Formats: sequence, C-alpha cells, structure tokens
Amino acid sequence: MGHFSADTVGATQARDILVETTTRMFRDLGDPQMIANAAGESWKAPLWRALEEAGLTRAWVPEPLDGAGAGIADGFEILRIAGSFAVALPLAETLLAGWLLSQAGLRVPAAALSVAPVRENDLLHLTTAGTISGRAHSVPFARDAAHIAVVARRGDDAVVALVERGLCALQEGVSLAGEPSDDVAFDGVRPAALAAAPAKFAEANLNWMGAAVRAAQMSGALQALLDRSVAYANERVAFGRPIGKFQAVQHNLARLAGESAAALAAAGSAADAIAGAQDFDEAVFLEIASAKIRVGEAAGEGAAIAHQVHGAIGFSAEHALHRFTQRLWAWRDDFGAESAWAARLGNLVAAKGADALWPMLARR
Amino acid sequence: MPAPIRFDPIRLAPEAQALREEVRGFIHGEIAAGTFDPRRLDRESGYNPEFSRKMGARGWIGMTWPKRYGGRERSFLERYVVTEECRVANAPVTLHFTADRQSGPVLLKYAGERIKSDILPRITRGECCFCIGMSEPGSGSDLFAARTRATRAEGGWRVNGAKIWTTGAHHADYMIGLFRTSPPTRENRRHGLTQFLVEMKSAGITVNPIADMSGLRHFNEVVFEDAFVPDEHVMGSIDMAWQQATSELAFERSGPERFLETSGVLVELVRVLGERPDARGAEGIGRLVAQLHTLRRMSISVNGMLQAGKEPVLEGSLVKDLGTLWEQALPARARDLAAFVAAQSPGRKAFDEVLGRAIGLAPKLTIQGGTTEVLRGIIARGLGLR
Repeated sequence: MGHFSADTVGATQARDILVETTTRMFRDLGDPQMIANAAGESWKAPLWRALEEAGLTRAWVPEPLDGAGAGIADGFEILRIAGSFAVALPLAETLLAGWLLSQAGLRVPAAALSVAPVRENDLLHLTTAGTISGRAHSVPFARDAAHIAVVARRGDDAVVALVERGLCALQEGVSLAGEPSDDVAFDGVRPAALAAAPAKFAEANLNWMGAAVRAAQMSGALQALLDRSVAYANERVAFGRPIGKFQAVQHNLARLAGESAAALAAAGSAADAIAGAQDFDEAVFLEIASAKIRVGEAAGEGAAIAHQVHGAIGFSAEHALHRFTQRLWAWRDDFGAESAWAARLGNLVAAKGADALWPMLARR
Repeated sequence: MPAPIRFDPIRLAPEAQALREEVRGFIHGEIAAGTFDPRRLDRESGYNPEFSRKMGARGWIGMTWPKRYGGRERSFLERYVVTEECRVANAPVTLHFTADRQSGPVLLKYAGERIKSDILPRITRGECCFCIGMSEPGSGSDLFAARTRATRAEGGWRVNGAKIWTTGAHHADYMIGLFRTSPPTRENRRHGLTQFLVEMKSAGITVNPIADMSGLRHFNEVVFEDAFVPDEHVMGSIDMAWQQATSELAFERSGPERFLETSGVLVELVRVLGERPDARGAEGIGRLVAQLHTLRRMSISVNGMLQAGKEPVLEGSLVKDLGTLWEQALPARARDLAAFVAAQSPGRKAFDEVLGRAIGLAPKLTIQGGTTEVLRGIIARGLGLR
C-alpha cells in the first residue's frame, strides 16, 4: 500500500462527515444564486450563526483555548468547501486569527475576526510604550471584525497581539469582489492581549499560512467553476445542440478541468504539508509558494474560461458566476500575489544553485 | 453526473525515498564511468543494453510485478521514484522502458502462463525490448481507423499491412500491435480490433527507418506481409481491444516521463541566471518551479490512487495534457528568461546546447502517445460532455 500521510481510516471517515456537514450548511444557507438574487444581506446572519454553532469558525483553536480543535487538515477542507460556495463571510479570516492567536497561547474571542498584515511590505511594530504602530493595507472584512489578530515586530522578535478594531482608524475600501477590504491604521493602539510568538514562528509565517488559506479557497472556487461550466454547457442550446457538444467548447472545458485539477493538487498538497509539519521549514515554503503561485495562475485562466463558456449571461449581475470569478481575482492578491511568491521562490532556488533544484523538489 | 476529479495529497514513503538514494548513487556512478551523458536529451543515445541489464540486475525493471515472473512486488510509488530519477538524469532506458511501463502489464493481464514465464523475466533482466504498433499510414490519432488486418490461418493469424511512427521498432524483440480482425459495426466503429503480441524476428516483417527532423532515428515504418502470429499471442478478446485499456492508460499517461523530458533546461537556466538573478529571472524561475512541483504532486497522486486499486483515468489524462504542454513550453520560456545573459557568461554555452536540443524535440511532446486534441476529447468525455 502507498503512504497516505497521517490519515487513518477513522480520520478519513471523520473527514467525510465534516465535508458533508459543511457542504450541507453552505448549500442550505449560502447558495450563491440565492445570494446573487437577494437584495440585501439578510442571508449573512443565519449562515454565520450556523457556522459558529457548528464550531467551524473556531476550527483552528485548540480545545483548551475553547476552540473546536478540528485540526489543520480539517480546517483547510472547510475552507476549500467555503470557496466552492464563494462564501462572502470572514470565515477564513476568523480561522486564521484563531490559528495565529492560539500559536501564541492567546485566548480567541468568539466573534468574527480578521488578521493583519495581509499585503507585501506592510510591517507593524510594537513600540517601547507597548502600543502597536503601523498601517496594514487591504485588511479583508476589517470593518466587520470585532478584533484583529496581528503579528508585529519588537526589535528582532515577533509578537502576536489581539487588537480591538474599534480603536483603529479605518479607511474603508472594497476588494475586486466588492467585499470589505480596509486600510487599518494601528497607531498608538494598545493591544487587548499580547504574547511573544513561539520560538519556531517567524513574522512571515502569518503570510505563509494566509497564502495556503487563500489557495484552499481558490481551489474550491475553481472546482465549482468547472462543475457549473460543464453543467451550463450541457444545458445551453445554440446552433441546434447543447454548446458542450462543440469541440471548441469541449477543449476549453478540458483546459478548465486541468487548471482546476492543478489547483486542487497544489493547494491540497500544501495543506497536507502544513498539517504534517513540525515547523515552517524550507519544504513547507516550497509547498506554500507553489500553491499560491500555481493556484493563482489557475484562478486567472479558469475564470477567463468559465466566462467564455457562459457567454453574456455569465457577465450579468443576476447570474451567480461572478461570485466565483470576482473572488478568485481578489483572493489572488491577498497574502502575496503569484509574482511576489515566484520571486521569493526563484531567489531561494537560485541561491541554492542549479544542482540543488531536483533534490529539493524530490524530497517528498 | 461524473465522479469529481480527485488529487489526494500522497507522499512518498521512507522506503521509496531510500530507494531514490540508491538509484541516484547508481546513476552518478554510471555517469562518472562514462556510460552516458546526462545532457543528451535524445532517444537514440538512450538505447544501451549494458545499462538496461544493470538496471535489471538491481530489480528496477518490472519492479511492481509478481516475483514468480522476475518482478519484486514493490509499490507503484517506488517505481515512480526509479522512473523519475532516470528521467531527470536522461539515463538510457530506451531498451526496457516501453516494456516496463506498458507492454509487461499487458502480458501480465492477457497472456497465457507459458508466454508470461518466458517473456516477463527477460524484460525484468533488461534483455527484452518492446515497441507499440498503433499508428498506421492514414490513421494516427484515429486509432480505430486501423486497417492492418489479421486474418484466420491454421493455428493462428496472418497479418498484412503497415504500422508507422513505431518508436524503437528497429531494436524491438516484440511488438504489441493493434490489428483489424473484423470490420467495425454500424453501432460501434471501435469494434473489430484485437491486440496481438508479435515477434519482430518473424518472417514477413520489415522495419524501415524514418529519420526525424532532429536528425535522429527513433521511429520506423513496420511492414507486415503475411506475417504469422500464433493463437497464443492474442492479447485479450478478439475484436474487443477498445474495451481493454483502463488503468493501463492511466499509467501510460500519468508518469513523470510526461513532464520531465526537457527538465534539464530548467536546471541549466538556474545555472546560467546565477545565484542572484534579477526580479524577472527570479520570478520566472519561481513560476516554473511551482508548476513543476504541482505536476509532480499530480503524478504522484495518480500513482498513489493506482496503488490503492483505483482507476483514475480522467486524472491520468489531465496529467499528460498539462505535463506535455508544460515540458513543451519550458524551452521557449527559458529562452526568454535567459535572453539578456551575455554570450561569454559562464554556463551560457551549456545552456544553449541543452536549450537547442529541447527546442528541436519540443513539437513531438504533445503528439506522441496521444495528441493534446485526443486527450482533450477523452477529458471532455470524462467530464460528461460526450
């Protein structure tokens, strides 16, 4: 038999149940077409409540810290499924915040949360006065979050802090998906809780974990794009037959399947690597960087093909397609776009030298 | 509704990675001894009986097969590791690779006991070369248009017609050939073809070389004039060859040889761009490495699913489609990224040599073993569009 990560049969069954429960919850309360048809945001509260009650928002908080203690791999599965429904709630951000705070042993508030920094080159500092300074750009759902979990620098060390959002100055903005994406000024804000980051946690690791999270969401959204595009091509009739019977359309959909498959493999592998890793080492970096790059590429290609297959109706506000494609565009940019990760990965490969490339790739 | 596409994250077990070290040690030794040059990308220099015998002696050919036929009963993931290490080093595996990958498994599944115990052990010793007779003059991608006929004769069949683009036929001891035994039916144009095991030394078989545009000789025309094939050499059911390829196809399409054929270009690109590439070079390398990493994960995942007894046919086709396009595009991408490296820079000459060969062979990568267009048709069928 092959070597199947750390999965046992029991864990696989538990995973299947989690997948089923999560999928049903999103299907019942967060159907993308229902949301696209809805005038307001009345769908948000019931779905969020259901997610909280099921413990899904606290999946990455260990039980001793009042979390669900679901495990890293399960959390990534939840996020992949959320992506496949293009869920527009701060679920990923709340999971990430819970993970970050737990790393430092901090208690995690039971509410919607976000994290910072999110963008390349944004740095936060902890001043000698014990306050946070700095500005984080494009923080997703900042205005909807009760608290923001941050990584800041104190001298050469990293600290993790919980900051009350109400104390920060927000400049509201929106992402390419029209979701809250706010610039947050932390200047002079005293954190509600603060702890040194654990020994093996580097400042950049929030960015790493965030990249893997976005890759998982995008891989789910790409699966949904494929399913929806195939279904549409089979039902839409033009020139006297379903457009899915035309070879040109079939080949486009085959390409979309390839992009979706690559995204699934890359994001799934990164999630598995993180779940099985002791710390964020070079092997994990290769997995996360590759996932963010390759899934980001798939997002661009995949969204374009899905739109081409759907024609004009897919470009309309009433059709749910844009809920997926716009989020794919937006998620590409969070926690480092493809180019940023590619430059980092390329620099690492170059520094190690040509003959170290294959051994690095073939390590697992 | 077709089953969802799956690429479970599968890791190579410690035994497989230990085997990798062993294979690397062996290959380094052979390179040091001058057995082959890893910078050569062509197939003809890849035919090396001595190397194949050494691989066989180490148990690395037919390694997943039952021990009673000379196999080692090791896992598909261990075979994956051996294939991958040979391919990145451009090791000369031409003699045994076709038999190892696809002909051996056909025999295991369809041949009688006498043939299995005769031929399979010879394959595992690296002494037996196979070719695949599919394309014909006038029918390449459209396999089911094959016209080469096998007609009933005393104790067997007489074959007449010709196969073309047959890789390695001039070295092969045997061919697994697809011949017409009945006309297609109105309901099923794929009906009427049968797989045969053909001894290449039989009377009535002529192998004519066809030079390719890169100046090498790897493919051939094989002409059959009343060549006799005994009944015992029928592989599977008469007229039903179209039903026989399921998991074998997933193997054939999903291996690391489907994306590593030009990978030497990436290694030389990293070398020629140096330890501190500019932003453009770094980004370019990073994207290529991420893409290659992803292809490996996909291929390993398919092999893991095969090991678990699943039949990931759609997944295998996706790996070949993405993999061959990637290995084909790699030389052009590398050429762009190295464009501003001065001619006298260290590594430039070696890079240009490897690049030149890769550009020269790139066109065939998306044709051999099933074209991109055919694969996409298969993928479309798997998606429920056909």
